[in-house]
Amino acid sequence: MERSLTMVALFAALIAVLGLFPSFMLFTGVPISAQSFGVMLCGAVLGARKGALAVLLFLLLVALGLPLLAGGRGGLGAFVGPTSGFLYGFPVAAFVTGWIAQNWRGVSLTISAAAGALIGGVGVLYAFGAAGMMLVIGLSLPEAVAALAAFIPGDIIKAVIAGVVTGAIYRARPGFVLTR
Amino acid sequence: MLAMTLEQPTWLHHWPAGLKMAVMAAAMVAFLPVTEPVVIGALVAATAALYASLGTPALRRGLRLLRPLLLVLAVIMAWHLIIGAPRQGAVICLRILGLVALANLVTLTTRLDDMTAVLERLLSPFRRLGLNTAAVSLALALVIRCVPVLTQKGNALMEAWRARSPRRTGFQIAVPLVLVALDDADHLAEALRARGGVARPD
Repeated sequence: MERSLTMVALFAALIAVLGLFPSFMLFTGVPISAQSFGVMLCGAVLGARKGALAVLLFLLLVALGLPLLAGGRGGLGAFVGPTSGFLYGFPVAAFVTGWIAQNWRGVSLTISAAAGALIGGVGVLYAFGAAGMMLVIGLSLPEAVAALAAFIPGDIIKAVIAGVVTGAIYRARPGFVLTR
Repeated sequence: MLAMTLEQPTWLHHWPAGLKMAVMAAAMVAFLPVTEPVVIGALVAATAALYASLGTPALRRGLRLLRPLLLVLAVIMAWHLIIGAPRQGAVICLRILGLVALANLVTLTTRLDDMTAVLERLLSPFRRLGLNTAAVSLALALVIRCVPVLTQKGNALMEAWRARSPRRTGFQIAVPLVLVALDDADHLAEALRARGGVARPD
């Protein structure tokens, strides 16, 4: 019980810390933040339920007024802006990532975690992000997808790296990874 | 870790947090159905006047909080100019600006303690359904405590990397950073257990 609580708390902190690192500029020319990387890791390491809880805990702190989002942003304003869809998608993304990672046992954790990160951390997350943009900005679905398209290649790479990182963590601390 | 609350107190700081959130929510709903640029412009101006009434520090901080949004709004406005719908673009941009400014106003004028008190009140009915509110409070405190610690260790890892490699740090520090987080979680759990564990719901 204690270990569950501290793991959830530490991973919530991890999402914040990863968001504080400066964004990377990939060959696509579009900056990618490491924050959704943290969300993917929550699901891949903690599993569906605890991963989602960690993300919810993180979002709760942002709502309470802590500048934990990438770029030092935070507060209630982040939940009503044009990119707020992504925030609402974070916990779902972690849940789906964890669900795939813990249930797809036939392959190594690296592969199932990467698959989970791709489907949950990119697919589901961008669905929420696009929906948010459609609601707030009034875009149509194809327009929202077109606006987000530039960011997707970078996030696909992120998801694969999340899988590799999860596999490495499992080798280093097998007892801590809850998806195996 | 510093919250986003404005240090200089304003008259809005004295309002109860729950009341501010309710009023903000109602005001935000007022923004939603508006389609006339003039009307929504007036609402945004009223919000700006509200900020101004809080004093210069509040106005300046409020503008700073809105700065990241400006680029996005410029893109949205440019898009609407291209497709020949400038009025719709203006309404959308002003609405986003007004809504985010209102939401930020609550965050700016409410202390973390008051926000957590509202949270506790919101969660208390769920205690009967089995939610362990003590665990939630503990978890919140733990995250707040651990973000600076992890950031420091992350910076140490980046420095160690820079000392040995001319390349920029990339995702390579993710593995040691997560291991640090896992080990910290383990130690903290032991410390909790030594103190009698997490309080169970009554």
